[in-house]
Amino acid sequence: MRVGLFIPCFIDAFFPEVGIATLELLERFDLDVVYPPDQTCCGQPMANSGYETDAAGAEALFVKNFKGFDYIVGPSGSCVHHVRDHFTAVEQSPAVKEIRSRTFELVEFIHDILKADAFPWARFPHKVGLHNSCAALRSLGHATPSEVRAPFFSKPATLLSKVEGLELVEPSRPDECCGFGGTFSVFNESVSAKMGSDKVNGFVQAKAEYIVSADSSCMMHQRGCAERDNAPIKFMHIAEILNGATG
Amino acid sequence: MSKPNEPVEPQPRGARVRGDRPIDQEEAAERFLAAPRHQKQHDERLWSLRQKRDSEMWKIPEWEELRSLASLIKEHTLSRLDAYLETFEANAKANGVVVHWAKDAAEHNRIVQDILESRGAKTLIKSKSMLTEECGLREHLTAVGVDVVETDLGERIQQLDEEDPSHVVVPAVHKLRTDVANVFAAKIGSDPDDDDPQHLAAVQRMATRPLILKAAAGMTGANFLVAETGAVVVCTNEGNADLSALVPSLHIVSAGIEKLVPGNSDLAVFIRLLTRSALGSPITQYTSHFRGPRNGGEMHVVLVDNGRSERLGMEEFWTSLKCIRCGACMNTCPVYRRSGGLSYGTTYSGPIGLIIDPTFSARKYSHLPFASTLNGSCTNVCPVKINIHEQIYAWRKVLVRNHATPFVKSAVMKAAGLLLARPALYRAAVQGANTALAHLPRFVIYNGLNAWGKHREAPKPPGETFHQWFKKTRGGEK
Repeated sequence: MRVGLFIPCFIDAFFPEVGIATLELLERFDLDVVYPPDQTCCGQPMANSGYETDAAGAEALFVKNFKGFDYIVGPSGSCVHHVRDHFTAVEQSPAVKEIRSRTFELVEFIHDILKADAFPWARFPHKVGLHNSCAALRSLGHATPSEVRAPFFSKPATLLSKVEGLELVEPSRPDECCGFGGTFSVFNESVSAKMGSDKVNGFVQAKAEYIVSADSSCMMHQRGCAERDNAPIKFMHIAEILNGATG
Repeated sequence: MSKPNEPVEPQPRGARVRGDRPIDQEEAAERFLAAPRHQKQHDERLWSLRQKRDSEMWKIPEWEELRSLASLIKEHTLSRLDAYLETFEANAKANGVVVHWAKDAAEHNRIVQDILESRGAKTLIKSKSMLTEECGLREHLTAVGVDVVETDLGERIQQLDEEDPSHVVVPAVHKLRTDVANVFAAKIGSDPDDDDPQHLAAVQRMATRPLILKAAAGMTGANFLVAETGAVVVCTNEGNADLSALVPSLHIVSAGIEKLVPGNSDLAVFIRLLTRSALGSPITQYTSHFRGPRNGGEMHVVLVDNGRSERLGMEEFWTSLKCIRCGACMNTCPVYRRSGGLSYGTTYSGPIGLIIDPTFSARKYSHLPFASTLNGSCTNVCPVKINIHEQIYAWRKVLVRNHATPFVKSAVMKAAGLLLARPALYRAAVQGANTALAHLPRFVIYNGLNAWGKHREAPKPPGETFHQWFKKTRGGEK
């Protein structure tokens, strides 16, 4: 199985350890993982702000880089949501549609495609608060959103439950958005930061030692709030834990 | 009870409205956040409504089917709206109701004024109606010498405070009870230090009941218009719509044309969803069906378009007309709960407002669709399944296409789009730790780090990018 490794721009620049963990984790499953070096961004920052035509160049480049893979896998729910649901600045040729349908977020790829049921190399004896990004939760369907009357499931929680020693704790508003929202974090900074502080505080109240998420962008924002507030909590991407990080 | 020793936190006021200039929601939200007692109470009160809504949802096994059904009924009705409106008109007329058609707010206000003037009515009591807020009816009537009294407690508080309602269901939810005590003290002479809610409600009741008894005319809005019966259905918890409709001999109903449902069996679906979604209670205290004038009285229904027909023709946005004004999207919205409804500077605030308001003015409300994280909780709680967050996303594209966004934002987005389409330039821009911080935020958070860093620490640049690590450890590029 040939997998194209999709490393979103901000993970490349700010969170290389998340990219490394994703690569190593996928390689544990005997996949042929390829990193196309000319990748930049999926186009989401422009498109989410309404500037769809300005996203066309990035989207065309994405298509060029990820043509021909069995799967394209990236450790970011919001970027994969963009590729799958909003990637319309480029012409919807059969090749583009093919790429969009083959793009997966890491958790769903491991859960739904690889159907991994054990991570014997992973041990994380800590209390963990799981942050589902809104894109992963409500658009990619990582878990049952609390607003909907449907049987409960959570793909990331299912995966984390297989990690030895890891204990999940839940904040009082588990699905509340943390307020990152891309350019919202800058243009609506006061509301964004308040939402982030409230979110972090919810995890602190639940006695989480770590906030863990499949989205580094949410965590970049929450970490910024936590550091400013001197909140006693650490952050880790789910890829790192599943790959055996010890904290 | 009086709490003279507690520091007084002045009530934060809403957005600054200056003609058709774009409303700065963020500026008003910042002032709301600077009043932490108000913000905390607002957030917690509305979140508790969301929680009650969830618990009602879990009591109804067919909840999701009801939502789908409600959505289908509304889509069906809206797609044949002309026919249903004529059916309603015919049945209402047969019931002895006078039906008026208003193409816009001005015509609506003129019709109501004419009805009142031709009968010499100088006093009007009314129940809460977002449509009359949308039309600016109270200001219009007050200017021509009609004394208007709101009978909904929250709406009356807002009227006395000369403030718009901040929420479609709970209009004064942004106020502390001390704020209410201050308003009543100033306007109806009550004790400013007594902020006991029961006392405040009683004071208002004593002041308002005589006005209700001597009013010459009454007005209500409409939650639903039933085409097959010609009935107007109004849901309240205070019974004030019944007072407004039945105490005076003249009852005027103001209703948007999207309020139609085909028949009573359809109505039942919405009655089950409305209050559960709005307040997390199974039903309102009063669900009143007004089918005709009371004995010896008159009943008028003013059917108002005011942009609705135009909205119905908008391919991406017409389903926003399914809205039944329950406010569930506001209660769940994390941005709304932290901003206060008045920060939106418009009648319809919160998520539903973001997609309706630009149809009234694409310039004045051009910033509102950006006051969202696109988290999608609004869409999930909506009892009529409006894809609110997807319409917010779609509005952004429309506004950018129409050049309704700030020039600097457009310039930066263009530059980011160009950079991200060129791998070599992009690589040069993020090469190395120091340059990453210097360049990356320009397109990730393209405003520089000032706005980011006001309440947050910036991410620390690592020693090397993933790209560099890969090149170094994996022996070059595959």
